[in-house]
Amino acid sequence: MASKADLRAEAQRLMAFFEAAGATPVEADILQPADTLLDLYGEDIRARAYVTSDPLRGEQMLRPDFTVPVVQMHMAEGAEPARYTYAGEVFRRQEEDTERSNEYFQVGYEVFDRENPAAADAEVFAMFDSVLSPLNLRAATGDIGILMAAVRGLLTTERRKEALLRHIWRPRRFRALLDRFGGRSKLPAARIKILKRLEDNSIEQLIEDDGPLIGLRSSVEIAERLNTLKDDATVEPIGAGEVEVLDHILSLRETAPNALENLRDIAVDMPSISDAVRKMDQRLEAMAVRGINVETLDFEASHGRTTLEYYDGFVFSFSAVGRPDLPPIAMGGRYDALTKVLGKGRSIPAVGGVIRPELVLGLEGTQE
Amino acid sequence: MSVKLGIPSKGRLMEKTFDWFGARGVSLRRTGSDREYAAAVDGADGVELVLLSAGEIPRELAAGRIHLGVTGTDLIREKLAAWDTRVTELTQMGFGNANLVIAVPKCWVDVQTLEDLDAAAAAFRRVHRFRLRVATKYHRLVREFLRDNGVADYQLVDSQGATEGTVKNETAEAIADITSTGDTMRANHLKILDDGLILKSQATLFRARNVEVGAQDKDSLEVLLEKLRVG
Repeated sequence: MASKADLRAEAQRLMAFFEAAGATPVEADILQPADTLLDLYGEDIRARAYVTSDPLRGEQMLRPDFTVPVVQMHMAEGAEPARYTYAGEVFRRQEEDTERSNEYFQVGYEVFDRENPAAADAEVFAMFDSVLSPLNLRAATGDIGILMAAVRGLLTTERRKEALLRHIWRPRRFRALLDRFGGRSKLPAARIKILKRLEDNSIEQLIEDDGPLIGLRSSVEIAERLNTLKDDATVEPIGAGEVEVLDHILSLRETAPNALENLRDIAVDMPSISDAVRKMDQRLEAMAVRGINVETLDFEASHGRTTLEYYDGFVFSFSAVGRPDLPPIAMGGRYDALTKVLGKGRSIPAVGGVIRPELVLGLEGTQE
Repeated sequence: MSVKLGIPSKGRLMEKTFDWFGARGVSLRRTGSDREYAAAVDGADGVELVLLSAGEIPRELAAGRIHLGVTGTDLIREKLAAWDTRVTELTQMGFGNANLVIAVPKCWVDVQTLEDLDAAAAAFRRVHRFRLRVATKYHRLVREFLRDNGVADYQLVDSQGATEGTVKNETAEAIADITSTGDTMRANHLKILDDGLILKSQATLFRARNVEVGAQDKDSLEVLLEKLRVG
């Protein structure tokens, strides 16, 4: 087991690498206001982060990551373009596995640059690849942007597309919705009952029958959703062919060039993904320019779907071969939408990632 | 030393526990004045009775301060992470039945399942600019359940009592709470979601896993468990 001093030194070494490449070192408070993180990640973050309270400032969280404070800092005062690096401890509650660390170092590198997103993706990936190269890790890449574009291109209502997009990061609910919208699973009995009641009664009558009205959710909101259900019941199912194509994309696991070829073929029938596929192509080119061997690079279209939901484009991770017991040594991705949420009306394309120095040290130890 | 048996210190749960042990030849009784939390055991040697709040029994079992304890499944699962590594369920006792369920206002004609709740939560957040609030004291169980069922855009708000009233008071839009008959829910104009059953709970006898038992206590424990027919 490495001592804390060793870990700190390793974190500093990694950070120095990013600094030497031109990144500005930044710090973040350990105590973060809980409401921002809760609003962003939802209730799940409570299971993952330590929440404490302050009599004056309200609920505070021990920082579960640096991304949010770094984005906030950049949106508030950062000049463009910007490259940041940081090193410090993050804190994660572990409810299921006592073997997993609840306090560990992260070293990060984040790029905020409007000019050329493909080049920025490649830059971040290449930096991580380079600093981690002595460890012979397995890199996996993906692109949430392609999935989102595929969903947006489905021939169905905006509402159904929105519902699917909302659950891209929850594969089970996504699957259930897709099966429903594609006519592969039946309407639940409860929904049939609601639709039947709507056939026989006015919405006002139903709300009155089931009343009294209590709570903040108003009769207007209830009526609106009932109308939505009514409309949705008349929508044609998404075609079997389209669902098949989407399934094919979701299960795509290939080397990057094969995946690209495959996606180009798909784009002939599903032009909505053309733009995202073109971006992937540009990214691969930019990676090759930086000396990455893209021929053997793994691409999994569903990579990154079960992480906390802010990646919305390129995603990557580096894992130790033959060590499924370890979490990824490093991971990252593009999070353009997050800067919009935290930017109070402004936004900027952003990509970055983090390394866990204690895992790096552990692997170096076993290789000697 | 002696074998420590923790049981709920008041109300029907205590009386039913006394009855359950009594029917198996182990008589538990309170001693001293009505208000004194003291008790005795007849019919099992070397067993000491510890009267505790049902909510504290999980913690005492996990800490190994009591060997056996009677409490609800709901409390064990809510309060102990990785509960099955810390206590063993010896037997369900057939009383104290209650379901932990998700309920919404009855007037929500459009919401009958978790899928509806998720869709309503998304729309609610757009309109009200905050996440739909679910009042509960079972934070962990509810959060895991909603996550596993793909419900998003909600938040939990803590409610340690009178949870059914929070919707009318507009401090929550939905609730997750224990109910046995559903009467209190109905009286407060709430309905249980069709697939909103999180957990069926009942009074259960648990044994602490991480506790050292001395040689003498081991005999006492075996005799007791034999008598209770749960060995």
